[in-house]
Order: sequence, then C-alpha cells, then structure tokens
Amino acid sequence: MHNFEFVKPSSIADAALALSGEGAQPLSGGQTLLPTMKQRLAAPEVLVSLTGIAEMQGVCTGDGGLHIGAATPHVVVAREAASHFPALAALAGGIGDPAVRNRGTIGGSVANNDPAACYPAAVLASGAVVVTNRRKIEADDYFQGMFTTALEEGEFITSVVFPIPQKAAYVKFNQPASRFALTAVFVAKFDGGVRVAVTGASNNGVFRWAEAEAALSADFAASAIAGLTVPDTDMISDLHGSAAYRANLVKVLTGRAVTAAR
Amino acid sequence: MTEVTMTVNGKSVSAQAEGRTLLVNYLREGLGLTGTHVGCDTSQCGACVVHVDGKAVKSCTVFAMDVAGAQVLTIEGMANADGSLGVVQQAFQDHHGLQCGFCTPGMVMTTAALLADNPRPTEAEVRHELEGNICRCTGYHNIVKAVLAASGQDAGAMAAE
Amino acid sequence: MPKDTGIGASTKRREDIRFLTGRGVYTDDLSLHGQTFAVMVRSTVAHGRIVSIDTAAVEAMPGVLAVFTGEDFKDVGGNPAGWLINSRDGTPMREPKRPVLAHGKVRHVGDAYAAVIAETYAQAKDAAQVLSDATVIEDLPAVVDMRGAVADASNRVHDEIPDNVCFDWGWIEDNRAAVDAAMKAAPHVVTLELTNNRLVPNAMEPRASIGEYFPGTGDYKLTTTSQNPHLTRLLVCAFVMGIPENKLQVVAPDVGGGFGSKIYHYGEEALVLAAAKRLGRPVRWTAERTESFLSDAHGRDHVTKIEMGCTLEGDILAIRTETLANVGAYLSNFSTATPTFLHGTLMAGPYKVPHVYVNVKAVFTNTAPVDAYRGAGRPEATYSIERVVDKMCRELGLDPFEVRRRNLLTPDQFPYTTPVGLVYDTGNYQATLDKAVELADVAGFEARRADSAKRGKLRGMGLSTWIEACGIAPSHLVGVLGARVGLYDAATVRVNATGTISVMTGAHSHGQGHETVFPQIVAEKLGIDASSVEIVHGDTAKIPFGMGSYGSRSLAVAGSAMDRAIDKIIAKGKKIAAHMLEAAEGDITFADGKFSVAGTDKAKTFGEIAFSAYVPHNYPLETLEPGLEETAFYDPANFTYPAGAYICEVEVDEGTGKVDVVSFTCADDFGNVMNPMIVEGQVHGGVGQGIGQAVLESTTYDENGQLLTGSYMDYAMPRADDVPFYTVDHSCNTPCTHNPLGVKGCGEAGAIGSPPAVVNAVIDALQRGGHTHVTHIDMPVSPNRVWQAINA
Repeated sequence: MHNFEFVKPSSIADAALALSGEGAQPLSGGQTLLPTMKQRLAAPEVLVSLTGIAEMQGVCTGDGGLHIGAATPHVVVAREAASHFPALAALAGGIGDPAVRNRGTIGGSVANNDPAACYPAAVLASGAVVVTNRRKIEADDYFQGMFTTALEEGEFITSVVFPIPQKAAYVKFNQPASRFALTAVFVAKFDGGVRVAVTGASNNGVFRWAEAEAALSADFAASAIAGLTVPDTDMISDLHGSAAYRANLVKVLTGRAVTAAR
Repeated sequence: MTEVTMTVNGKSVSAQAEGRTLLVNYLREGLGLTGTHVGCDTSQCGACVVHVDGKAVKSCTVFAMDVAGAQVLTIEGMANADGSLGVVQQAFQDHHGLQCGFCTPGMVMTTAALLADNPRPTEAEVRHELEGNICRCTGYHNIVKAVLAASGQDAGAMAAE
Repeated sequence: MPKDTGIGASTKRREDIRFLTGRGVYTDDLSLHGQTFAVMVRSTVAHGRIVSIDTAAVEAMPGVLAVFTGEDFKDVGGNPAGWLINSRDGTPMREPKRPVLAHGKVRHVGDAYAAVIAETYAQAKDAAQVLSDATVIEDLPAVVDMRGAVADASNRVHDEIPDNVCFDWGWIEDNRAAVDAAMKAAPHVVTLELTNNRLVPNAMEPRASIGEYFPGTGDYKLTTTSQNPHLTRLLVCAFVMGIPENKLQVVAPDVGGGFGSKIYHYGEEALVLAAAKRLGRPVRWTAERTESFLSDAHGRDHVTKIEMGCTLEGDILAIRTETLANVGAYLSNFSTATPTFLHGTLMAGPYKVPHVYVNVKAVFTNTAPVDAYRGAGRPEATYSIERVVDKMCRELGLDPFEVRRRNLLTPDQFPYTTPVGLVYDTGNYQATLDKAVELADVAGFEARRADSAKRGKLRGMGLSTWIEACGIAPSHLVGVLGARVGLYDAATVRVNATGTISVMTGAHSHGQGHETVFPQIVAEKLGIDASSVEIVHGDTAKIPFGMGSYGSRSLAVAGSAMDRAIDKIIAKGKKIAAHMLEAAEGDITFADGKFSVAGTDKAKTFGEIAFSAYVPHNYPLETLEPGLEETAFYDPANFTYPAGAYICEVEVDEGTGKVDVVSFTCADDFGNVMNPMIVEGQVHGGVGQGIGQAVLESTTYDENGQLLTGSYMDYAMPRADDVPFYTVDHSCNTPCTHNPLGVKGCGEAGAIGSPPAVVNAVIDALQRGGHTHVTHIDMPVSPNRVWQAINA
C-alpha cells in the first residue's frame, strides 16, 4: 500500500475542508477501500476518516422517512432500523460478516456503488434521498453505472433518507466466494406503486426492473411476474454466473422477494 | 511515523505508525503481539479478528491511526486472570475446535463477540456468524460444537452424534 | 468404557493451550535482530521472454539492500522432481530445470523472476513494484488448456519439450490387451468423461521463510513453513544450493496447515538463504494470500475418460481410463508420483475387478505447478470409479447399495492382489457399508425427501465406497516405482536421567496433534504418565533424519519407528533390571512401568532403571553402555489401506441451482485408533475439503493464463454455513497387519471419499426431480452449473 497522510476530523465542515485539498479521499468503514489500497488500485495522498463525526452517526425517523447517518455501521442499521424498516435492517444484517458489519458503513457502500453491493438496491428501490455535504440527490439520479455516482470531487454523503414502504423484502443470492450479491433484488411496495431494484446482475450497476414494477403495481404477487422475461443483454457474465443465469436469478429472486415482503 | 497510543488488553500502549500501518501490523510488529494472524489480503479470512471498543473487527482492514485511543482486546487478553483458559478458549480445547491453530485466534475473538450479543445462539446462527472466519482444518464441525458449548448448550446432542 | 489415558483415549490436545492463547510461534511471528525483508517480483503474464530487468531502477530506492534475478542463480541447480516416471515406450519423463528464479523465460503468472531485499517490508514492496514496472517481458502465447497443449505442438511451455508432454504412462502395460478384450466382451460398457477440478490447498498460514547465515561458522539456518524439514534440507543442499547438509539447519516451527502444499521445496527458501549470505543479515519472506494462490503448488486437475465393462446385473468386469494430468509449468517435487503411483494403483477401488488399465499423460501448461494435495491421486481415482459405478447403476436400473455389495471384496479374500499392483492386507468393506447405511438412516430417506419437497427442494442421496493406499511408503516398492528417496521414518526415544522422556520424531505436526497422541502411545507402552513425555519435531538439528508428514503416514510410519525405539528401550531396561535384580535377563518381564522378575515380587520401577542407566554405579558396564536412548528407523512393509463408506444427502434449489449438503455420514476403517477425538477431527476436516471440492472450489485460468480465482473474493472456500454437522464412525476396525500399532492413517480419508458421494447425491436429486437428462455435472457443482444442467 502507498503511504498517505491520515486525518480524522470531527465535524462535517472540517471533513469538507480536508477533502477540498488535492489528492484527498474520504475513508468511511474502509471495508472495501482498504483491500483496494492494498492492491495499489487506490493511492490517496490524504485519507480523511469520516468515522469520528458524531453528526454522521445514527438512525432516526424524521421528515421523509428514516434518516441514517452515512457513517453508521451496518450492525447499527441492522439493529436500529429493525422496527421501522425490517427489510432494510435485514439487508444490513446480511452484508459481509459480523466484523465487516461492525466497521462498514452505509455511506461508504453507497458512495462506492459496487455493482454487487447490497445497499444500492435498497436506496434505489426505496426511492431514498442521498444527502451530501452540498445537496440532496434523488436515488434515481444518484446511481450512474458501476462504481459511478453523482458525487462530485470533494463531495461526500452525510446521510441517506429512506421513505418507508408498506411492504418490502430483500432477497440476496450470494456469490459463493466473496459473499457479495451474485444477484439480489429489493422489492418495495408503496402507496403509489412498487419499485424493484436489482444489484449484482448488470454491467450498468444497480437498476430498476421496470416491467416487474408495472406488473407488481397492478398485482403484488409473485405470479404477476411469471410471464415476464429478463433480457440477458446487459447482464454480467463471469465465472460465477453467465448472463442468462443472472437474468434467471433476477426473476426468481424478485418472485421470492414479493412472497417474503412484509 | 507518528506515535499512536491505545489500550490493548487493558494496558495503555504506544508504538510508531505510518498512515498506512494497519492495526494488525501495529499489534504484531509494534507491540509484538503475534497471536493475531494475517491469512489473506481481501478481508475475508478472519484470522486477524480483534475487538475494538467491544466490537469484533478485522484488524487487517483498520488503520491503526483510525482507532487511536480505543480499547483493543486481542487473543493474548482472553485468558482468565490466573492464566487459565477463558470459557471460549476452554470450549475450543474441550471440543477439539482447532487443529493447526492459525485461524484460532480469530475464531475465538469472533465467538466471544457473538456470545456477548447472543448468549444462546442456534446452530444456524453460529454458522452464519462465523461466515467471516475461514478454517481449513476442522470442517467447522468441532468449531460449531465449541461455540455452542461455550454458550452452555449441549453441543453433543445438537451435533446429533 | 472409553479410556481416559493412553492408547484409545480422547485426550485433549496439549498444543491447544499455546494456540488458544496467542502463543504459538509460526514462522512469520519470529522477529530477528538485524532482519531484512524480501519481496518477490512475479510475472504478470503466463508466458514470456524476459528481455530486460532494470535493477538499477530500484537499487537506489530508500532501504533497498539487494536485488536478485534469475541471473544470480543460473549456475546453481534446480528444484528436482522426486519421482522418475517412464513412459509406455520406456523413455524417461521430460524433466525441465526449475530454477530458483525464472531465467530467460517466465512460465506462469506468479513465476518469480526477481526479488528485492530491503530494510522494511514496505520499502521492499515499493521497490518490487518499481522493478516490475522496469522489467520488459515479451509476451508469448500461453499454453493453458491441456487438450490444446497436447494437440497444438507449436506452443511450447519448454522449448525442448515439443508436445508439452512430460510422460505418457501405462499401468499396467501388460494388462492392456486383456482389458481391451474384456471390455469388448462385456455385456454393457459405461463411459464417463469428467474433470477433477484444480484446487488451491489454502493452508490458512501463508508460506513464509527466514534465511540466516552465520559467517563465523559458515552455517546456514532456514526457518520455513514445511511439512518435512529434512526433505527440504536435502533438496536445498543436494540439488539446489550445493550447501553441505551438515551446514544447514532447517526448522519448521508451528505450521498453520499444509495439506500437501508445504511438502515441497520452493524457490523462496533458496532465495532467503542466498540473500542472507550476501547481506550477512537475516532475510525474511512471507507470502501474501494472492502470492499463495499464484505460487503454491495446486492440486488435482485431471481430465479423465473412464470406461467400465460390466454384466447387466452390475458385476464389474473391467476398468479402463485415459487421463490428462496437468503438472503446470514446472515439476514440483511429488508432481509426477501423484497422477501415477498414487492414482493408477488405486483404480480397482475396493472391488474385485479382474481387469484394469490406466493411461496417464502428464502435460505441461503455463499455469502454477500442480502437486499432491490432501489425498493426492487417490481422490482422483476414487472420484472416477465411484462416479462411473453410480452411472452404471442408473443405466442398468440397479440399486447403488446392492451393486457395491455385489462387487466389494469380502474379508475372506485378503490379502488381495489387485490388477494394478497393490496387495490389500485386510479390510471389511461390507461392515463399513452396513454401518453407514444404519447411521445415515437410509431407510428414512423417502420421508426426508418428501419433507424437502414440501419446502420446494429436490433431495438426493449419494454413496461412495472408497479405499486408499497410504502410510507412505515401503521404500523398496516406491524405488521400483521411480521414487528417488526412501520413505521410511525415524524416531529417537531419549529417557532422561530423571525418567522423563523426549521423543525426537521425523514426523511433523501442523495440525495433526502429534504432541498429544505420540505421548499417549509412549505412556501406554512404558506405563508412565503422558505428561512426562515431550515430542520434539520440526528441527533438523534435533531430530533424526525423517521424511515428515503427508500421505497419512505420521502414525503408520513415524509412529511405528517410535514404537520400535520404545521396544529397544524396554529391551535395554530388561538388561539393566536383570543386573540390578540379580536375575537372568530372560526372567525379566515389563508391565505397568515395572521391570519384575517373573514369579517373584522383586521389581524395579522404570524411573529406577533410567536413573541407573545415567548413574551407572550398579550397572553391567562391561557388557552394556550407560544411558537410555534408542533410535529406530522404520520402513513399512506395505502401504496401509484405510477404507470406508460415505453417504451424502443434498437439497437442490431448482430456481437458483444451489446445492446444500444437508447430511454427511462416514463409516471408516482406520485400523486401531489412538485418539478418537483427533481421528474424528481429521475426518471432519477432510470431508469439509471434499465438500469444498465438490460444491465450491474452482481454480480458473482464462485463455491467457490469468488466474481468475486468485483471492478469496473469487475462490470459494467452504465456510461454516456451507457444511452440516457430520456423522463419523470408526468402529468397524480391521487392524493393519504389518505395522506394530495396527494403524492405517486417517488424514486424507475424508477428502478422498467425499466428492463422489456429493456429486452422486446431486445427480440423484435431479434424476428423482424429473431432470432425467442430467447424468453428470463436473465439480464444483456450482449454482450456475446446476442451473445450466437443469435447463440444458
């Protein structure tokens, strides 16, 4: 790993200042960034830890739904979101392993936008709002392809606000080695309709499955998507699963998520 | 290099660290606490698990500077005050939950954290919570038994031998 | 009643105390005064010509002390293959030089061609990256696929080997005509083409080595992650470095698992020694996990076509196999023995098969070397046989349990000479099969299947009856088969003056529990407390010349040597006792720790005899040397033949193709069992690895020879939630007839017997679920593969 200067501000304002410098990069839980740095695929000159900022921690209800501080580790979301948004809590409780959940944060995951990460599916399916040190970004505008987001240089996530659906479920099929999502589906049923977000499957990162949303908005039952097929054109094909296999998983897991939704 | 101070196994300690110094290197090289092991470079194997402020973390995936001032517990701090094996350690010996011993420190630390949160886990919960600790020797059978036994449950009956 | 001490007791492991408290000492835990750090520079391409390495680019970097390249080792020897295999036409195998550092060409991704030594690890790592960037390697086409390697002679891994074939071996060549005739005459022939997937052993402790040189004496010391320090010393001294054996001490301290991968000598060991001499300082190297994936010897990697001739009732008449075995880019030390004498000789399985012929072509490719990994050849043989037997049952509509019973050798047939050159000494294969059927509750399967169906899962059951040849190995036999070493082992039993005992053994414990089990045997034989016995292993300066631990040999071979040495101690003790008790030696008996004059109450304790041996005031010095220390070398008369029956149940999720192993039952015959707890632990571990091979683990190179599964992000290691509790039994014992302890070995069994049981269960589930077109799926039976098979 290349060396760097380590700073750990205690306020969003100080973090913003530190990140305005040349070569500075934010560090949240580090559960993805550190392995990347070990491989020398990332080489920041200044690393700005966001885990010491109290105003970026915690889970609470408020305007627009459930507010989760960006530096909140998965283990806290799994525990504290459980009574408000069980599907989100279950998702957080299924990320990585206990040690990863103790360090990894929602902000880190959403900022990184790994195509096989769990949180992006929840954010997109819930129509959540990504709040940064500069602005609020709608989920539909935020995700822009794998590892690509609307975040600008020096901008970092401070919280994510989740509208709470009537019913939801997240069903994840593990990639057998990494335990990331080989494919996973988050289904969320709101008054105004159903949103279905898929992670792990597409070359374009997390995406909404529009046909399923339409069918499920009309009839929220697994049988409603029985006649749909998922094209495999943009699906990831790798040693763990062909494009066709992932396309199959999208449908199978969506059906299971609908059945499991509560 | 900067002097980084934290509390490890109840003692205040300091050692030199760079920005890139991982907690596991700080422990092994800075403090000579070599019980914490490194088994991979992708944060998967769990041989390096220690507790930071009471939570199990992978010490290969945390910078030492990021946990300056924290309370750290390692395998060297797990025995009873009189030097005898702690409950989890004893259960691992009683149930042959280790062979080569390399993954063992991480297994013990993960188990201790698991039981602190969930004192009577089911077999399925144990297996799920050990997801981040890889053992190549035991096939996990006796590790799961040891964890159940450490929780005071009848591991033999649960393993249906 | 289970015993609580001695032979047969489940004594808790004494070594656990240090491992559980963080006080084990593995190689990388050592910190030496003045130490320096080596980082290897490895090829990023599978095949290339080294054009230039600009060492000047790093020599002035901070902390850099030395740079080594292949040029520095071009005049020393190569790392040899331990077995010479002759091809069917009588020509010897092709044996390219395997240098310490690649010279001229790199031949696989991860092939080390340079090393940087620096004051700190970080500095060495930084410099290694710069040196890698400052190296020009001209890409050559990579030979990756074995079939392509043989078919297309234009690409060569080694310029001097035109067809990339190391050898083309027939076993037994004289059987061939009879096998062909039997196959032709057979009422039915079952054919199966299968792949035995390449695996990475993945001991949790990555390889590590520390070299030291002492200029005052000219001595070297190598501390290294080895299963056999004497073998490493022999290879380093006699073949690679030319150091006299008496000037090199090799120490293998606590070693975090081996599974075969730490048998072999690797170039890094020679590098740290050469660097230590040049710098006059200790030089240490520890692999990162990714380096382990790229440079540890891999396992398996066979492509096999097996044919089985049989009657319509399921009697096996003949077996014929053709195998391509990948040896990778260079020959690792046991790599030529693994696909031949550890594989072909097992191809009759536990069955009475009149005719067997095995053909193996070993093929060079631009991939990491392949060598023995837990089971080593025997899992490959067992998988081929047990899969084809299963296929035969399906094709003929026969019950797989009945077909096994029909063909298994019966106890009255031992000793049994197989058509592939082994003599099975003893066994009771029916007993283990019956025991497995009982423990697995085969009768209740239908009810469990119905329950799975209610949960939307397809359930299947798979069986495997297996045998292996281990306790490696009789030297005279392996000598005939091409081994360049003997495979005896040795032990020194030193009775200290105060009556405690130190046992110096040639076996090496890297998880097996020798420090606990060996004292159980000593204590039982000498009638003393096990706590007064200490096992010394892993240091060539302390132990007699032994061959280390692999091939389930520790107890059967090194344990037998220890047993013999104890017998010598007792024999000498009788002489001393006879003198002290003024009796004839022939009248002295030894039992329960006492030497007694038969028929009297006159006796001396073991401690009194030991004291007398070291304080020989009342002692027959004119006829007997003082002291009480004996060494024995033991060369086994035959292999040992553990065997057993394994039954696996799986559930398959049709929607995702995911296979869950839901139960696994083992009934094994390991001969006499010294410590049941440890034996069961060995079986659990082997089965865990076998389930890993069957369901999860795949080592995949792309067409350019890039390893796609180079970390735990892509190489699926079994985790706690991938496996069930196992049911393990070892009560159906037939003691080995030719070693003093009657032991057979248990280390590899689980990994040998389990993969076919899993795959047979998966096929069973799919067949029962109506997917009758699925007759085979290659391992690992990953979700993607199972789903594709269902939907083919």
